[in-house]
Amino acid sequence: MSDRETRGNRIFRLSRRKALKGLAAGLGALALPRKDASAAIWESFFQKNFRELSRAEIRDVVSRLEKEYGATYGKPVKVKTTPPMEGVLYGYGLDLSRCIGCRRCVYGCVGENNQSRDPQVHWIRVLRLEKERGVDLEHAEHYYNPANVPEAGHFYMPVQCHQCENPPCTKVCPVQATWKENDGIVVVDYNWCIGCRYCMAACPYGARHFNWKKPGLPAGEMNPDTHYLGNRPRPVGVVEKCTFCMQRTREADGRYPACVEVCPVGARKFGNLLDPESEIRFVIENKRVFILKEELNTQPKFYYFYSV
Amino acid sequence: MKNRTLYFLVTFALAAVTVFIAVAGHAGRREFWLTPPKSETEDYMVPPPPFTEGIFPCSECHSGMTPNPKRRELKEEHTDIQLKNHAENERWCLDCHDMKNRDKLRLVSGEQIDFSHSYRLCGQCHGDKYRDWRMGIHGKRTGQWNGRKEYLLCAHCHNPHNPRFKPIPPKAPPERAENIR
Repeated sequence: MSDRETRGNRIFRLSRRKALKGLAAGLGALALPRKDASAAIWESFFQKNFRELSRAEIRDVVSRLEKEYGATYGKPVKVKTTPPMEGVLYGYGLDLSRCIGCRRCVYGCVGENNQSRDPQVHWIRVLRLEKERGVDLEHAEHYYNPANVPEAGHFYMPVQCHQCENPPCTKVCPVQATWKENDGIVVVDYNWCIGCRYCMAACPYGARHFNWKKPGLPAGEMNPDTHYLGNRPRPVGVVEKCTFCMQRTREADGRYPACVEVCPVGARKFGNLLDPESEIRFVIENKRVFILKEELNTQPKFYYFYSV
Repeated sequence: MKNRTLYFLVTFALAAVTVFIAVAGHAGRREFWLTPPKSETEDYMVPPPPFTEGIFPCSECHSGMTPNPKRRELKEEHTDIQLKNHAENERWCLDCHDMKNRDKLRLVSGEQIDFSHSYRLCGQCHGDKYRDWRMGIHGKRTGQWNGRKEYLLCAHCHNPHNPRFKPIPPKAPPERAENIR
C-alpha cells in the first residue's frame, strides 16, 4: 500500500451520513434543558408515562408538582393520585326535559377544574335545539344569548365528555398519553401528551380541548384541590377533557361532580352503574333514555333521558 | 358404594345452594322495586323551608284570631300570595294549611305535618314526581354520590302558590372560535 493510499484512508472525510448525524446530535443537545435549569425541569423532562411510574416515583412527581404549583399560585396545592374504587363504574344522566340551558354547569365546571380563562376553554357546551326538529345537530346553536331561558319552542342539550366504554380518542393516541381507567373515566397524562390533537379529531362529541396558549388561570380563582389525571393546572400544548370531577368523585366521601351540584333544575344525575340502587340505574331502567350518536358504537356512559 | 353416596350428597347440596342463591337474589331484586327507598314518615335531609322572613311561626299572629273557614279573597294580610297555575278555582288556603294548628300543614287525610315534610303534601297529587324525587331523579340532590345525600323541598324550587319554574337569565355564551387569540 502506498503512502498516498494510507493517507487517503486516514484523513477525515465528511460523508453526508456523518454530517446529518452530527447535525441531529447537535440539535438534540440544544433541545435539552440547560445546565443552569432547575432540577425540576430535568425531572419533568425525563418523567415516564404515569402508568409506568412506581409508587416512589409518583410520590416524587407529586411533591415536585405541588411545589411548582404552590410557587405559581401562592397557596398550598394538593395533587392527588387517588386510584379508581373497586366495583365502581361511573355513569351520568342528563334530563333533557328539565334542562333550561342556563349554562350554570359550564361555569361551575370552569371554576372547579382550573380551565384557562383566557384563552377560554369550556369542557361543557350547551346546545340549543328546536323542539320541532328534535335532536338535530345540524340546527343546533350554542351561542344563544336571550334575556331569559328557557325560550319557547326550544330545548337544550349540554354536551361534555361521554366517558365512552369504547373510546375512539384513546385508540388514536400515538404515545398512549390518554386511556380509560377501571372506573370508566377517560384520562390524560398532561406530562406525556405531545399535543398532536389526534384524539380531538377522533372524538365525535367535541369533548376534548387544546391549550393553544399557556392557560390563563388567575391565582385567586385557582382550585387547589386537584388530581394528577384531572384538574391540576395544565401546561401549554396539551389536550384536556372532563373527568367527572375525579378529584371529588374518587374520594371515600365522594361528592357529586361540580356540574351536578350547581344545576338549578336538578337535571344532572350521577352515580355508580354497578349499584342497582343508584339514581343512574333507576334512570336507565325506568325512563326513556337517549344516547348521542349511538350508531358510532362508542358506548357512552353519559345518558340523556326524559323524566316526563 | 359409600363414595357414591357421598358424591350424591355433595352434588345435591351444591344444587340446593345454587337454587337458593338464585331465588334469594331474585327476591332481593324484587324487594327493591316493591319497597320505596324510604318510608313515608322518615326524614330526608332537607334545608329549612323557604319561608318569607318573619312569617313563621304563623301562630304568632293567628293564635289570637278566630278562624274563618269561609272561602274568600284575602284583603288585609297575605295579599302578595296569588294562587296561579295551581288549580286556583278548585282550592284555597285551608286545603293545605291546617285551620286549628296554624304552624302545620294538613293532608287530605286530616293528618297534620310539619312544613319540613311538605313533600308529603305535594305528593298527594304529584305521585309520579314524588316517587322520582325520593329516588333522587326529580329535583336536585347534593352531597355524596356514595354517601349522605341532601334533598331540596319542592318549595325550594317551586313557589307552592305559583309552582311553575321561573325563567332565569343564562350565563355568558362561549367565545366564538374566531375571537379566541
